[in-house]
Amino acid sequence: MARMSMREAISSALWEEMERDERVFIMGEEVGVWGGTYAVTKGFYDRFGEKRVRDTPIAEAAIVGGAIGAAMTGARPIAELMTINFAFVAMDHIVNEAAKLHYMFAGQIKLPLVIRTVSGAGRQLGATHSQTPDAIFAHFPGLKVVSPGTPADAKGLLKSAIRSEDPVLFIENATLYQVKGEVPEDKDYLEPLGKSKVQREGDDVTIVAYSKMVPAALEAAERLSAEGIEAEVVDLRSLRPLDMDPVVASFKRTNRAVIVEEGWRSYGVGSEVSARIYELAFDYVDAPVKRVAQAEVPLPYNARLEQLALPQIEDIYQAAKEVLYG
Amino acid sequence: MEKKDYFDLYREMVVIRRIEEHSAELYQKGKIGGFLHLYIGQEAVCSGICSVKEPQDRIITSYRDHGWAISAGIELNAVMAELLGKADGCSQGKGGSMHMADVEKNFWGGHAIVGAHIPIAAGMALGDVYLGKDDAVTICVFGDGASNIGFFHEGLNLSKVWNLPVLWVCENNQYGMGTAVDRASAVSEIRLKAEGYGMRNERIDGMDVMTVRKKAAQILDSIRKEGGPYLLEIMTYRYRGHSMGDPERYREKDEVRKWEAEDPIGIFRKYLVEKGIATEDALNSQDEEAEKIVQEAVDFAEASPEPGDETLFEHIYAEPTPIEYRGYALEKKSEGK
Repeated sequence: MARMSMREAISSALWEEMERDERVFIMGEEVGVWGGTYAVTKGFYDRFGEKRVRDTPIAEAAIVGGAIGAAMTGARPIAELMTINFAFVAMDHIVNEAAKLHYMFAGQIKLPLVIRTVSGAGRQLGATHSQTPDAIFAHFPGLKVVSPGTPADAKGLLKSAIRSEDPVLFIENATLYQVKGEVPEDKDYLEPLGKSKVQREGDDVTIVAYSKMVPAALEAAERLSAEGIEAEVVDLRSLRPLDMDPVVASFKRTNRAVIVEEGWRSYGVGSEVSARIYELAFDYVDAPVKRVAQAEVPLPYNARLEQLALPQIEDIYQAAKEVLYG
Repeated sequence: MEKKDYFDLYREMVVIRRIEEHSAELYQKGKIGGFLHLYIGQEAVCSGICSVKEPQDRIITSYRDHGWAISAGIELNAVMAELLGKADGCSQGKGGSMHMADVEKNFWGGHAIVGAHIPIAAGMALGDVYLGKDDAVTICVFGDGASNIGFFHEGLNLSKVWNLPVLWVCENNQYGMGTAVDRASAVSEIRLKAEGYGMRNERIDGMDVMTVRKKAAQILDSIRKEGGPYLLEIMTYRYRGHSMGDPERYREKDEVRKWEAEDPIGIFRKYLVEKGIATEDALNSQDEEAEKIVQEAVDFAEASPEPGDETLFEHIYAEPTPIEYRGYALEKKSEGK
């Protein structure tokens, strides 16, 4: 184990997989000479050269479409979209091509493709650069959608995504890059795609979260613990396929759940997870499932207003108390 | 070109025409569903180019793909079975008219979002270069209408910036659905758009298969030797509507008749007879042969089984992956209720 930041964990996953497999290459805006706008690929250009660390035009359809084409020929591209807000410009290639080509041609075409991108708010970037639209992408069968909440999972899941034969949208969170944690150093350390994970055990209430909301949920759980309430925190890690087993197993013990996401509530991850809890464990429900999410506004620039719109640790704490005590 | 090659080329063009005519009938009978875009009138383009491409060259095209599928070498049975949505179709009934593929034949699809396959084609050429397959050219085919969408510009730009071996083929059939080129495109000579990317380009007649063949061979050769992309605009015409059910209010019957007089099959027939390569009788027997094998393909497709229910959930992912929801009726069925 080594203590490293989320940025270092992601960077080391990319580095190791590029060293392991020459078919793997990176393409995206400012990934090369600049070193990545979030410095994730710093040093890659010098080590792997311009053939394998490819600066592209600012043209997201060309980035994702180009990566799809390269994957069709047997290369294993990692396409980087600077933020998920720009994924809308490449939406057709993500949902109409990447998610469908394998099925539409009856398995003839394989897409060993990773699209790395950055989601989330909290940096005063205004309405167009602060969205958390992860759930939209999880809507499409054929695409795998992964979003880690800890440095260890980020490394293990990204390595699995790169080794996967399927297209994976790998969603990072800019405000998590500095978060540190213990990360295995084994070059074959992999975390399975499509598996949720219990990040903290507890018997009183289930808190379901992913990405940035995982550390937030863990902190809320510590506050609850100080009051004698033990929350179980289940990290979804993948939004598609969505693994409900640990959620349902936990809920059957606690009978109470709070679902937390950074994005908007309507048609969101919490909507999906809570619907499935009711479908799969209705007899165990002791209180209505609560959803904690972003206020339904385009995010403002002003720091105070922005934070007012975003889900806070306090919100998670309060929601847990409500499902426990009404 | 050997005598046999001329006959093969001629018969292929006739086969494509007959497949399309039979498809129109089958569509009207309700045996082909969805959208059906016929290639009638454009046969010289796919036949001409595929007759000079090398096996390592990849082909990717739009939804008007039957002719390309056949010229790329997909068995007629598999093409016709796909049109009927059957299990023996080249996409096992999952793709339909617009989504045919056979990657063993280096035919990478039928893509039905206008222009979306253009950046993908650049990516395929990138993949070949990256993996060291230096002698392969990606042949990407699209219509005049696709040259107005952003994908076209992003794809062409990328191909030039990275000097990728792509032959961009614009089949200019002069209408994007029902809108004439000059009503939709700021420059109606599509090849000029390549100038904006510093890319070599040419516009040629697409009704004469020998012209298409000769030019395509030269250009493929130059891409292989010199690298880099090339935009070839091929002037052609579709005799039928954009798709079945097109009211064709946008053009006069006289215009269609004028182009029908320039029929690519007729032109090639005349060429073969005048050059003394074939007699009318010999060509008539090729016509009969074409009709016969197309009818056999129709019979094969009609007899081919429907895809099984279990195939609904196959090929969502390449790796074993849990299926999340099967739908209400199927959930009940699997529970034995």
